[in-house]
Amino acid sequence: MFGISDISWIIIFGALATYATRVGGHLVLSRFERIPRRVSAALDAVPAAVLSTLVAPAAVSNGPAEVITLIIAAIAALRFNLIVVLLIGAAAIISLRAAGLG
Amino acid sequence: MFLKFDAEFRQGMRDSVPVVLGAAPFGLLFGTLAVENGMEIHQAVLMSATIYAGASQMVGIDLFGTSVAPWIIVLSIFAVNFRHILYSASLGPKIAHFTFFQKAVAFFALIDPQFAEAEQRHERGFRISFNWYMGVVIPIYIAWVSEAALGAYFGRFITNPYAFGLDFMLPIYFLVLVMGFRKRRNWLPVVVVSGIASVFAYFTIGSPWHISIGAVAGVMLAALIAGGDAQSDTVEADPERV
Repeated sequence: MFGISDISWIIIFGALATYATRVGGHLVLSRFERIPRRVSAALDAVPAAVLSTLVAPAAVSNGPAEVITLIIAAIAALRFNLIVVLLIGAAAIISLRAAGLG
Repeated sequence: MFLKFDAEFRQGMRDSVPVVLGAAPFGLLFGTLAVENGMEIHQAVLMSATIYAGASQMVGIDLFGTSVAPWIIVLSIFAVNFRHILYSASLGPKIAHFTFFQKAVAFFALIDPQFAEAEQRHERGFRISFNWYMGVVIPIYIAWVSEAALGAYFGRFITNPYAFGLDFMLPIYFLVLVMGFRKRRNWLPVVVVSGIASVFAYFTIGSPWHISIGAVAGVMLAALIAGGDAQSDTVEADPERV
């Protein structure tokens, strides 16, 4: 009953990893005067690279409703902020699925 | 460590208001999607309270309950939050007058908008006091954790998540974050290569590995096409909220 579940353990380690990033720059990165361009370019690319791997399989392993929704959301993201795009995306997926394209 | 409810603290609280309002929908959405992905309310709250970083929490709930190994989930959370390293390197000298314990607390709360607020305050020529800093932190933190509980509690009453498209909110959310990075150098080649590599790995090697393989492909490409000269970058807060 008081055992800690797998998910809770992952959360705890995820929190420790996150804390490491938040103190790490102060403890480690600030010791370097300059960051090599390749390292800095690689660091710069990390979030877009990781997040792309979560979108791409979802785009190709679902039906037309999901693909059309992602296209609409990508275009909307050029103009609107996150919450507006989420609302547009929700409207798109709800209506496309209701139309039987899911 | 002692907090005083002084003018600095109150100024911090005022500065936190736009962030609290802007992050609220995401805090609620996180709680709702967490239970939709099979988490308990207390786990959603634990996640918001300890990881305290929106995008990586969404990554976590997206991967829980899949075949993805726990260490890859932790690594993914770490990777998405990796940008905080740059924030902490930048903030460190500006809070050098904090005590050890104050620094330990300050770095814990160093989310994107917190970094943006601190940089802005420094830019305007103010000394960053612990009271001001915590005046910004405390309302944002309390709101964020409460929203996880609220979203999770009311999310349970949604009987047909498929019809509401809730199962597809995470890919849309991640897509918008990806689009938000589009001003960064080599964004398009990185996204295209990561996307193709992850799809390829997804259909060949299988589900856990598409994340690491796709991410490594994109990051290596970025390192390859960058020049070799040393340079120092200015750090800017990312467009996402928390």
